[in-house]
Amino acid sequence: MTEPGKNTTEVIRSSLARRHRAERRFRAYGITAVSFAVLSVVVLLADIVAKGHGAFQQTYLRLPVTFDGTLLGVTDAADARQVERGDFQALIRAAVQRRLGEPASRAELREQVALVSNGAAYQLMARLRADPGLLGASETLWLAADDDIDTWFKTRGGEEFTGRISERQIGWMNDLAERGDAELRFNRTFFTSGDSREPEQAGIGGAVMGTLLTLVVTLLLSFPLGVAAAIYLEEFAPQNRWTDFIEVNINNLAAVPSIIFGLLGLAVFINFFEVPRSAPVLGGLVLTLMTLPTIIISSRAAIKAVPPSIREAALGVGASKMQMVLGHVLPLAMPGMLTGAIIGMAQALGETAPLLMIGMVAFIVDIPRGFTEPATVLPVQIFLWADSPERAFVEKTSGAIMVLLAFLVVMNGLAVLLRKRLERRW
Amino acid sequence: MSPVNLVITLLLLSTLAYYLGQGRALALARPLGGIRHLHSLPLYYGMRSALWCGLPALALVVLWLVFDDPLTRWLALASMPPEAVPGGAAERSLLLSTIVNVASGALAGDGQPAAVVAAAHRYQEVRATGQHLIAGLAIASALGGLAWGVRRMSPQLRARQEVEAVFRWALLASASIAIFTTLGILLSVLFESMRFFDAVPASDFLFGLEWSPQTAIRADQVGSSAAFGAVPLFVGTLLISAIALLVAVPVGLMSAIYLGEYASARVRDIAKPLLEILAGVPTVVYGFFAALTVAPLIRDLGERFGLSVSSESALAAGLVMGVMIIPFVSSLADDVITAVPRSLRDGSLAMGATRAETIKKVIIPAALPGIVGGILLAASRAIGETMIVVMAAGLAANLTVNPLEAVTTITVQIVTLLVGDQEFDSPKTLAAFALGLMLFVTTLLLNVIALRVVKKYRERYD
Repeated sequence: MTEPGKNTTEVIRSSLARRHRAERRFRAYGITAVSFAVLSVVVLLADIVAKGHGAFQQTYLRLPVTFDGTLLGVTDAADARQVERGDFQALIRAAVQRRLGEPASRAELREQVALVSNGAAYQLMARLRADPGLLGASETLWLAADDDIDTWFKTRGGEEFTGRISERQIGWMNDLAERGDAELRFNRTFFTSGDSREPEQAGIGGAVMGTLLTLVVTLLLSFPLGVAAAIYLEEFAPQNRWTDFIEVNINNLAAVPSIIFGLLGLAVFINFFEVPRSAPVLGGLVLTLMTLPTIIISSRAAIKAVPPSIREAALGVGASKMQMVLGHVLPLAMPGMLTGAIIGMAQALGETAPLLMIGMVAFIVDIPRGFTEPATVLPVQIFLWADSPERAFVEKTSGAIMVLLAFLVVMNGLAVLLRKRLERRW
Repeated sequence: MSPVNLVITLLLLSTLAYYLGQGRALALARPLGGIRHLHSLPLYYGMRSALWCGLPALALVVLWLVFDDPLTRWLALASMPPEAVPGGAAERSLLLSTIVNVASGALAGDGQPAAVVAAAHRYQEVRATGQHLIAGLAIASALGGLAWGVRRMSPQLRARQEVEAVFRWALLASASIAIFTTLGILLSVLFESMRFFDAVPASDFLFGLEWSPQTAIRADQVGSSAAFGAVPLFVGTLLISAIALLVAVPVGLMSAIYLGEYASARVRDIAKPLLEILAGVPTVVYGFFAALTVAPLIRDLGERFGLSVSSESALAAGLVMGVMIIPFVSSLADDVITAVPRSLRDGSLAMGATRAETIKKVIIPAALPGIVGGILLAASRAIGETMIVVMAAGLAANLTVNPLEAVTTITVQIVTLLVGDQEFDSPKTLAAFALGLMLFVTTLLLNVIALRVVKKYRERYD
């Protein structure tokens, strides 16, 4: 190492500056890496919130509606069949005209009617059905605006919205807004209704219900099975080939791409066992197989954490092995197992790919009420909306993502809380 | 009786059997002078009766649920006059589904031939009889089991051992589900793949350079001949995964090193959970982010520099996928780096090496096998990732390694081929299973190698 004419100390001293520069450089790489990762989180979340916060609000227009029997073609509002066939679109046309003035051309009439959502007619129908006495009466109602109008209204003053909205419509909207007849209100439809082709009528109610049903099936199947498997492997399994084989399989299944589970569901559950397509039962079955390794692995960790002294004490006072496990080890390991189960459920909640294979991507308007009815889940709904061309769906998609993330935060928070409150350190 | 009601009835009967068994055990014990003269606790006698009552009956119901469909169908077909039953398997299954649809009312019986309507009636009859029959059998078996379990009871009966043996078998069965899942995956993928390889030679699939799975509906149609050369998909998958790893490995590794070796406790406490958030975000969210934010951004940037970038570029999907697996790489790297013994680190620092030199020349070489294992696991994850590429990568199978162009991947094609209507006799649908087989085998190999490497490495320092 020594160069001629210099001793070791001098060599080291002369290289110190370079080495310290290298040290600082290395540190800077580390800081850059961490900052990049943290920045990604921030950008991702900020982007979603920026795009999606508008989804929780909806533009409503205040219009004077007259339930005119002749326009509607309804003579008796108590007759459900008549009300069903009533021309409520005509009422809206009349109400818009009354508010904005007689249209000069057919095009203008079309633009006037296009201000209001197609769903408003159903809103009027529901009102008349609930209160037949309204026939012939007038009232001022807040009706949902069309999605293009809604998007324009929300981005007003900000970036230019180059959507399908005309100068005339902008004029009307400015007029309505000035007089307080157009305003943003909390969007209840978004939480209560099912999917729709019209962005302003589309909601996540159906998807949330489908998610709930699917997760119930998943939890009911995967938690008992996972805990039982963990108990067997930790407490009973003899050291033999079958046990080794089980362990290898569990570790591999934990790393198999989730889409493969979708193929399994398609080939085995749908084609062989003829489980109904698109049903929460089917989704639950597939997600059970997918989350089982996670639950087994965390349950085993929880069982391992129970000290052997507990087992020895139970056996010492004469408990059988099964009594020792079920009566002493299991209760002590339960908080850890529950934490694992919640994390497994959070994983199942965010999963999309396998559900695409088993028909949960269908366009489903109705909110599912049972385990065998066609349903979709929140992540799949997000996927479907993300594919829709309407600009208003971008906002809905981001809004749905925010709801999904909120669910995940709550579940993970619950897991952390559970771990802190209940888990004992020995 | 519907299966659900039947199962509920059986569960109620089992509960009844539990109390009857327990009561009978107590009654047996009383003249002897208390339950300490029984072999087991009374609750075990109760559980034993409940098991005798419920288990055989439930087994019957499960068997019936599996076999009732083929059986009723076969009986319905057998009731038809032989000349009305076609010889071919495809025609026969068509006829069968007509019969089932007529029987369920989904298809009007008016337009159908008389033989079909008759068979539909027969199908309904057999189904109804079958349901009555199984309900009767199951309940009879439950009552029989109950009587047997409660009557044949003595103070010497080793009830606890019997119950525990059943529990043990149930535990073993639960643990074995993992094996059956793997088997199920293998069989379903293999079986359909074999049918695919009957139609398309394996060499065409593995080495073909053109992928266009649309099959012509009529033989004389032009321009839609199917080609199942999967090389473009393999190249696309590898390209996107490589981009992802180029992002995730340096960032993940350096974050793990910085947070483990340099950062103060406060920074670590803030940064680590933030990294964990990246791991918890659902993949569909990343897909949305890639398709609507990153891809347009990259396209606009490219245009500014005069490059033509596809709006579904491999770069966008790869970058976002890389961000997704950062926490995966960093937590694995963290594991293996903390497993390097303290003494190695201290020795190096004591010799006067700087921290960076210690990390680069001592810790990383010592942890290398673990890091390589982690990278393999990350690669397997990138290859199998679906939602990001489905939403942000293209559908067109271009054979290119230019990251600015659109490529497609194995997972994207599986999803496109299987979403929507499927017919299980066209090579188009079956191709998805062949791709699934490739994906399963590749990821399995990567995982097995990675786990082995990591395990070997852990053993070295344990």
